[in-house]
Amino acid sequence: MFLWLRRSYQAVFLIFFLFLVFASTSRFIRGYDVQWFLEIDPLVALTTALSSHTLHHALVWSLPLIVLTLVFGRFFCSWMCPMGVLHHLLGHLGRKRKVLQRVEQNSPRTSHNIKYAVLAVMVGLAAAGSVQIGLLDPIASTWRGLSVSVLPAASNTASGLYQGERHFQWGTLITIVFFGALALNFVYPRFYCRVLCPLGAFLGLLSKFSLFRISKDISRCNDCDVCGADCQGAADPMGTVRATECMVCLNCTKGCKRGGIAYRFLPALKLSKVETDLSRRKWLAAGLVGVASVPLARASDGVDPRPNPARIRPPGALDEPDFLGKCLKCGACMKVCPTGGLQPALAEAGLEGFWSPILIPRIGYCEHSCTLCGQVCPTGAITHLKVADKVGEMPAKPPVRLGSAFFDKGRCLPWGYNTECIVCEEVCPTSPKAIYFKVETITARDGTQKTLKFPYIDLDHCTGCGTCENRCPVVDRAGVRVSAANESRSPKSSVSLTGGKI
Amino acid sequence: MSDGEQPRAGNVVPETRLRENGKKAGGGNGDNSNDMDRRALFRVGVTAAMAVGSVALGLGLRTRDGHGKSKTLPKLKDHRVDKIQGAVEMAIVRGPDAAANVRRAVEAMGGMGRYVKRGERVVIKPNIGWNRLPEQAANTNPDVVAEVVKLVAAAGASKIWVTDVSVNTPEQCFARSGIEKAAKAAGATVVRPDAPAFREVDVQGKLLRTADILFPFVDADRVINVPVVKQHGLSGATMAMKNWYGMLGGQRVKLHQNIHLSIVDLASMIKPTLTIMDATRILLANGPTGGSLADVKQMDTIAVSSDEVALDAFGASLLGLLPTSLGFIVEGMKAGLGTPEWRNLKTEELGG
Repeated sequence: MFLWLRRSYQAVFLIFFLFLVFASTSRFIRGYDVQWFLEIDPLVALTTALSSHTLHHALVWSLPLIVLTLVFGRFFCSWMCPMGVLHHLLGHLGRKRKVLQRVEQNSPRTSHNIKYAVLAVMVGLAAAGSVQIGLLDPIASTWRGLSVSVLPAASNTASGLYQGERHFQWGTLITIVFFGALALNFVYPRFYCRVLCPLGAFLGLLSKFSLFRISKDISRCNDCDVCGADCQGAADPMGTVRATECMVCLNCTKGCKRGGIAYRFLPALKLSKVETDLSRRKWLAAGLVGVASVPLARASDGVDPRPNPARIRPPGALDEPDFLGKCLKCGACMKVCPTGGLQPALAEAGLEGFWSPILIPRIGYCEHSCTLCGQVCPTGAITHLKVADKVGEMPAKPPVRLGSAFFDKGRCLPWGYNTECIVCEEVCPTSPKAIYFKVETITARDGTQKTLKFPYIDLDHCTGCGTCENRCPVVDRAGVRVSAANESRSPKSSVSLTGGKI
Repeated sequence: MSDGEQPRAGNVVPETRLRENGKKAGGGNGDNSNDMDRRALFRVGVTAAMAVGSVALGLGLRTRDGHGKSKTLPKLKDHRVDKIQGAVEMAIVRGPDAAANVRRAVEAMGGMGRYVKRGERVVIKPNIGWNRLPEQAANTNPDVVAEVVKLVAAAGASKIWVTDVSVNTPEQCFARSGIEKAAKAAGATVVRPDAPAFREVDVQGKLLRTADILFPFVDADRVINVPVVKQHGLSGATMAMKNWYGMLGGQRVKLHQNIHLSIVDLASMIKPTLTIMDATRILLANGPTGGSLADVKQMDTIAVSSDEVALDAFGASLLGLLPTSLGFIVEGMKAGLGTPEWRNLKTEELGG
C-alpha cells in the first residue's frame, strides 16, 4: 500500500513539475511561482547563501524540506524529485532479471562516495563566491534539459504551436548531458542518483539524524537478500542499512515476507550505518579543491579585467561578481524569455559563467516592457524589476541598460551602401528614440544627388535591448550591434561621463 | 508446376532432408529440384522488384532542370464591392465615444450590410504591431476593433478573423494592446502569427513578386482594414496603406529599401473592402512605436472609406503633413488606388 502511495506522490510531483515547465512561458505564466522546485531545493539555498551571505526570500521554502528530511530521511529522492522519478522509471533499462543479480547491482560501491566529493567541491566553490551547483543539481538540470532541449525540439517540430521557434546556441551540449545522465541507467539503475547527485548527497547527510528509518529486525531475517532486489539507493538493506543512502522507496519492505525490514520510528542506532565511506581526508581535500578553484580560475579569466562585449546580461541582473554568486544556470530565464534571446553562454562569460544567461540580440531582443526573467529567477541573480523601473523615464530616471548599440558603418545599408533603410530607427522602443536620423544629400555613383536618412545613436537613451540588431536586414552580422559596454548594473561599465543621467 | 505440389499433399518429407537433397547437384529427385526452382524464382523476383522500384523512385524524384518543381501560387481575390453612384464615399465622425463614432461612420457609408453579405468570411486587420498599451496609441484602439467585429457579425458574417503580424513578441502585443480580449469578446477568431498561419501568394507588384501572408487574407471574402494614424520615420506616416505590411511574414524589413513602392504593391494586391481609420488617439512623434504619452494626441475621430489614398491623405493632415509630401500617397495615386484630394469625394462629416 505504501508503495502505491509513493508512486502516486511521484506521479503527482512529476506532473506538477512538467506543468510548471510548461506554464513558464509568456503566454501562460501569469503570476505562477514556476520555480517552486528550485526554491525548495536546500542545496540552492545553502550555496547561494554561502556565496552571497544572504538568503533570497523565496528560498526559505527550502527550510520545510530540511526539517522533513531530518524527520523522515532522504525521502525527497524517491517521492518528490522529478529527476529521481525519471531515473526510477528508466532504472529498468539496466535492471537485471534475476534477484541475486539485482542484489549485486544494488550493493554499495566505492563510486557512490563520489557524490559526497562533488558536494564538497560545490560547497567549497560557493564559499569562495562561485555558484556552480546548477550544473549537477537534479532540479536545475531537469529544468534546463527540458526547457533548452526537449521542449524546443518538440515545439519547433509542431510548427511552433506551443511557443515561437526556439534555438539555443550549442544546446546540443545540454541535450547530451541531460540524456547522458538518464542513459547512465544502462550501467545500473539510478547511477546518477547514487554516484553524482550533490542534492542526494546533501539530503543523505541530513538523513544521518532522521527519526524514521528503514531498519532490520535481525531475529526475523533469514539472509535471503530479497530486500536488496529493488533498493533504489543501494543502501545495503541486506547488511546494515545506510541511512545516508536510503531513499525511503520502501521497496525492501515489499520483498520481505517475514516482516524483518520496515520503516520504523526511532529504531536502535546500531541498526543503521550513518557514516559515509568518504574519509575525512577526502572530504577536506574536495572542499579545498572547491575553495581553491575560484581564485585559480579567476587568475586565468577573471570576472572583469577584459569584459566580453557579448556578455550582455538579462535586465535586472546583479553586477557580475554578485551574479556569478547567485546564478544557477537553471535556464528558467531562457525558458520564459518571450523572444528566445536569452541563451546559455559558452565562453562569453568565462569558465565560471558557462551556461549562464546572456542576451544574443541576433536571436532575440529584450522586450521593452517585459521583466519575466527577473520574475522567474529563483535566486535573485536577476532582480524582479517593475516595468516602470526597467523602462525609466528620461531625463529624470534613466532606464535599465543591458549595454549599448553601436553602428558598424561598413555593414549599415545607408552608411555603407547609400541605400534607404533605417529599420533600426523604426523599431527602437524608447521615447525619445535612441536611434534617430539626419537627412543628408549625397552624390551617388552615377553623379546624381540622392537624399538619404542616416541613422545615429543617442547613448543616453539607448537601453541595449538589441531590437535594432535583431531587425537589421543585414542577415548575419548586423550593421548595428549591441555590446555590453554602458550596462547599468556595473558602474565600471559606464561609457558616458554622466552615466546616462542628463 | 502442378506436379510439384503433389509431394506436399502426399508424403511429408522432413524439412532438413529436403534441404540436403536440394544441395546435391542433380542428386535429388524431380520434386525437390522443383522446390529449389521456386525459391530461386522468388529471389530473382525480389531482386527485380527492388531494381525496378529504385529506378522508378529515382526517375519520379528527378527534376527536369535541376531547379525543383515549379508551383503556381494563389493570387488574392478582389475584395471590393461595387460602387453605387451618388453614395457617400468618405465619412468622418468626431465624438468622445470611439465605438459610437465607428457605428455612425459605417452607417453614413451605407451600413455594414453594403460591404458584408450574410455567410461571407471576413478578416479584420488592425495594427497590433507593438507591445504597447492602448493609451500609447501604437496599436489600433481595442474599442474600435471590437465595434467593427460587432458590426460585421451583425451583418451576418459566417467567420470573422482578427489578425496581424506583430513586430514585437506576438502574444505580448495581442495581450497588451487589449485587442485580443476585446475582439474575442465581440465574437471574432483571433489568429496569432504562428508559423503554420502563413501562405505564399503571388503579389504581381512592381517590386514584390511573392510574399508569405497570413491565411485569412487568402481565404476571406471581405477584408476590412482598421489602421491607426501614426508618425513614421522612414515613410513619414503609417496609416491605411502601410498597415498591409502587417500581413507579411518572412524578411519584411528588406522592403524598407524602397518603402513607398512596396507599400503601394501590397495595397494594390489586397484591394480591401473597406477601411476604418482609427484616429481616436494619434501618435505624433517617435512613431511607429511611441511609448510616451507625450507623443500621443487625442483626436476622437474615425474616418471610413474604400479609398485608401484619400484616407491616408486625410490622416496625413491630422499629423500636420502635406499629403503629397508622402511618397506612398503619390505612388498610390499613380497606381490608380485613389485620390489624395479627399475633399473632392462625396464626404459626410459628423459631430465635433
